[in-house]
Amino acid sequence: MTDISADTATVDETAKVETPFQRFRSEFFESWIATGALFLLGLIIILALLAPYITPQNPYDLGQVDVLDGRLPPGSEAFTGYTMWLGSDGSGRDLYSAILYGLRISLAVGVASGMIALVVGMAVGLVAAYAGGRVENVIMRLVDLQLSFPASLVALMLVAILGKGIENIILALVVAQWAYYARTVRGTALVERRKEYVEAAQCLGLSRTRVVFRHILPNCLAPLIVVGTVQTAHAISLEATLSFLGVGLPQTEPSLGVLIANGFEYMLSGRYWISVFPGIALLLTVVSINLVGDHLRDVLNPRLKK
Amino acid sequence: MTAVLEVEGLKTHFFTRAGVVKAVDGVDFSVAKGEVMGLVGESGSGKSITGFSILGLIDPPGRIVEGAIRFNGEDIAGASEERLKTLRGNRIAMIFQDPMMTLNPVLRIDTQMIEAILAHEKVDKREAWERSRDALGLVGIPSPEERLQAYPHQLSGGMRQRVAIATAFLNRPDLIIADEPTTALDVTIQAQIIHEAQKLTRQTGTAMIWITHDLAVVAGLADRISVMYAGRIVEQGETDLVIDHPLHPYTVGLLGSVPSANKRGERLYQIEGMTPNMLDLPEGCAFAPRCRWATDACTPPPGVQTVDGRQIRCVHPRREGVTA
Repeated sequence: MTDISADTATVDETAKVETPFQRFRSEFFESWIATGALFLLGLIIILALLAPYITPQNPYDLGQVDVLDGRLPPGSEAFTGYTMWLGSDGSGRDLYSAILYGLRISLAVGVASGMIALVVGMAVGLVAAYAGGRVENVIMRLVDLQLSFPASLVALMLVAILGKGIENIILALVVAQWAYYARTVRGTALVERRKEYVEAAQCLGLSRTRVVFRHILPNCLAPLIVVGTVQTAHAISLEATLSFLGVGLPQTEPSLGVLIANGFEYMLSGRYWISVFPGIALLLTVVSINLVGDHLRDVLNPRLKK
Repeated sequence: MTAVLEVEGLKTHFFTRAGVVKAVDGVDFSVAKGEVMGLVGESGSGKSITGFSILGLIDPPGRIVEGAIRFNGEDIAGASEERLKTLRGNRIAMIFQDPMMTLNPVLRIDTQMIEAILAHEKVDKREAWERSRDALGLVGIPSPEERLQAYPHQLSGGMRQRVAIATAFLNRPDLIIADEPTTALDVTIQAQIIHEAQKLTRQTGTAMIWITHDLAVVAGLADRISVMYAGRIVEQGETDLVIDHPLHPYTVGLLGSVPSANKRGERLYQIEGMTPNMLDLPEGCAFAPRCRWATDACTPPPGVQTVDGRQIRCVHPRREGVTA
């Protein structure tokens, strides 16, 4: 008897301290694919962050890049003595170094544009859902209009107008993506708004801003997080696309897209490594983010719960 | 006894594309300090809309088209949103039907309760927390300190409804509108919740409007009962009188259809016909088409008359009592 009561007491104890975040965490790590993807993503981020300390060459410093090292196959020794495990590109950049530096740019652009688009889209979507009427109509038709263009086309046009440079790329990506967030938030907020706890909050005499930001917004976060991860992956590949097309980042500071574009011309001459290795890096990054996002959706969606 | 709330000729209509829905169509009642009034009726009879009208929470296309709602003497039927906001949750509180839905799932109980206090009073968080804890203790929640840290999904339905009641009583309101607060709960929990609510109204002198479709619930709880049908109050009076000697044919039918009033093995009594379409109410008494005593006299809308200490809207009061 005493054993049983002690047992239930401990069960109760754990149930009490488990916050929604802890529950979410334990559910997330149930899937080994998602865990692996998260691990890979973490590794990619750490490698990108540590790039200046773990690469033999700074590919952006023209003083360290030697044209004589150009187009060396993987495993060759560079003129200055280190081994180029992944080979080098046409201008003599060590691909391993260039990929890590490129990842830094790709991730930074993707995350920055994703975050800014999230904040903008969230605010616009919440306003639309709560204001209703004409305001909502105008905003949502604008969103529809925006979404009827392919995101890459919108970004391409904007970069063509604004010019190259990281800030302009980020701006273009924000403009190309805010509408996804706005639509998601508005949809969820409309559902949440009808729920009784909002009515109850109103009955408590809480102010409108408090009801919107404190009560409705936190309940909209789950789908936002999912869209956020998927859109960040999307932003990274969009940036690569723009760079590949030559309207993205400058040649002197190659992102993954620029590296792939640079190698493209050598593909048919058998020097596959210049395009393929940056391509694999891009692929791994985008796939790992998408896998994490996908599983987040499963965990955060109450309807898919077991 | 002074009236906390007086509702006079309240009409709340909804202007839908299909026509005007007269959800509440001329309702009069008053609630005194410390009094519990049961507002009884079927779904769609306008009882909840009456409650929401008092709080000024009618969303378009609905609006209050006529009538006065005097709260402590002040007419709040057309009051500004600012004025109503200072009353809601402070002087007039609401308890909802489904405790699973009325607490915000992502906020802890303490956050939600403290916020309810801070919305109306400038006290420091510590004091608000202490008051929340005491309120939870009052409604019979064991170890309130721990419950305050819980999220709604960690509490049972009965526990959540207790939290909702505690929140309603937090600011010592003059009036509480309880909209079917026990409908979603088990019968045993129902009894406990009713007991807690009754105890608190007695202790604090808070007036309460208990909206329900269940006569059995209000029979033991309310001081007075108002029976609603199709947007109007058809019978109003002391609980004992209404329950023991119903006068309006609808009340008679309602009481007759309570399962315990029926004999075992026999078919349960039910009122014939369907609740009327609110878009197309019959002329005159809305209950007439379902009423076995209806005559031509029912066609002009029956006025309110006082019979045996009760207000009823019927030209054929059933003085003989239950004959169903």
